[in-house]
Amino acid sequence: MAKVLMKGNEAIGAAGIKAGCKYFFGYPITPQNELPEFMSKELPKVDGVFVQAESEVAAINMIYGGAGTGERVMTSSSSPGIALKQEGISYIAGAELPCVIVNISRGGPGLGGIQPSQADYFQSTRGGGNGDYRLPVYAPASIQEAVDLVIEAFDVADYYRNPVMVIGDGMIGQMMEPVEFNEPEKKRELPVKDWATTGTEGKRKPNIINSLALDPAELEKHNIKLQAKYDEMEEKEVRYEAYKLEEAEVVLVAYGMTSRIVKNAMDILEKEGIKTGLIRPITLWPFPNKAFNEIPDTAKALLSVEMSMGQMIDDVKIANNGKLPVEFYGRAGGMIPTPEEIVNKVKEILGGGK
Amino acid sequence: MATEKIIMAGFGGQGVMSMGQLLTYSGMLENKHVSWLPSYGPEMRGGTANCSVIVSDNLIGSPIITDDATTALVMNLPSLVKFENNIKSGGKLLINSSLIEKKAERDDVDAYYVPANEIANEIGNSRVANMVMLGAYLELTKLVSVDSVIEAFKKVYGAGKEHLIPLNKDALERGATAVRG
Repeated sequence: MAKVLMKGNEAIGAAGIKAGCKYFFGYPITPQNELPEFMSKELPKVDGVFVQAESEVAAINMIYGGAGTGERVMTSSSSPGIALKQEGISYIAGAELPCVIVNISRGGPGLGGIQPSQADYFQSTRGGGNGDYRLPVYAPASIQEAVDLVIEAFDVADYYRNPVMVIGDGMIGQMMEPVEFNEPEKKRELPVKDWATTGTEGKRKPNIINSLALDPAELEKHNIKLQAKYDEMEEKEVRYEAYKLEEAEVVLVAYGMTSRIVKNAMDILEKEGIKTGLIRPITLWPFPNKAFNEIPDTAKALLSVEMSMGQMIDDVKIANNGKLPVEFYGRAGGMIPTPEEIVNKVKEILGGGK
Repeated sequence: MATEKIIMAGFGGQGVMSMGQLLTYSGMLENKHVSWLPSYGPEMRGGTANCSVIVSDNLIGSPIITDDATTALVMNLPSLVKFENNIKSGGKLLINSSLIEKKAERDDVDAYYVPANEIANEIGNSRVANMVMLGAYLELTKLVSVDSVIEAFKKVYGAGKEHLIPLNKDALERGATAVRG
């Protein structure tokens, strides 16, 4: 299919429909509004339904219900709206239902601002909901990657019967880039949804979808079963890009749009004879710990670059396991780091700089 | 052309976002790497609007333009004040002289004064001032062909707006003439 120029928010919506999403429940918030707007226009054309709920809490519970029917469902919001959805996400994870949740994030805490931010790293990877649950979190760095990952996210959700999150900062939502909607490669054999509540027609026992288990022994059994699933995700679903690691003196770690700014900084440093590499987590959870095994002996330090006050750096430290000094550079509140700032930080680490 | 980084700015309603999208789409049609990044905020009609367009032979890293713009197209005075310093030395500055009396302050960039609104009014529609400016820019840089812009226009605005193509073509041409010198 030919390339089209699309805004990130619209492309993410189109990818959802391409993946077979028929039902979208959401509530408006900047900077993701073009996504529900697109769905409200396009879903009726494919016999789907768009509902603007009365709140984010309502929307995520509609997702809970919709997912229970076995249909592909999706919701989107931005940071404080995703905070409101956390309870529902925990319930959906507990009830083992598939769905895709998109966070086009903005500065916080609280209502914060509307400019791009990556301050929801903890929220998405640690979860704001209660209980032992995990969800895969994909962080695209381009609109094409956002499209590809949204399509894959629906398969991952169905395969594991688990909510999956796709997170992009406001820039991913607002910018336009060329995209192609290719037929996705089939990576997983998806199980039949025999658990869905679609009516028994008197032929089978009713399916019950619930996240309540008052018997502690039963609940522990459920926790162990869920954990086995999360272990499998950690083993099979890790995605990352290792870029120019050979002979790197400093290895930068950055995801999403920040990784592209880092690449610009790396180009500047290369021209000045300073070799740097980049580990770009594509899955924030499961975090690509194994990528850190590829770091060469030439590396003197790691540098986590984020649009936050320092959140992913915790995972970088875990993955690094004490081997190298771990440094941080970040901007917050909707401010975006410049390549020059990152260049200066790298030079400072190497003992030069201004 | 290696990499062109263009800032387009004006007030809401002057068509700076559309102008950027057309240029981006045209670049894509010519198989170049492109990105379009809008400013977004609580701005409303009449407020400021700007977008950053990158068109390159190579893969684009960050879509953000900081102080390395190769060109800035400014449609009103606040945009000139805001973005003059984002142009790299040797870059271009296109000023809509219909609305901006002030001259460029920097002497290390090439400034061009295009009376975009006057030209647009002459050809009968003040709303194509953006296309006049785009025409001037394309004449100076030959970044993409006018044919590609028209092709992009059809794709972006659809069949319903095809009757506006002659007007827009005219605007591009008049803009080009204005800087041909």
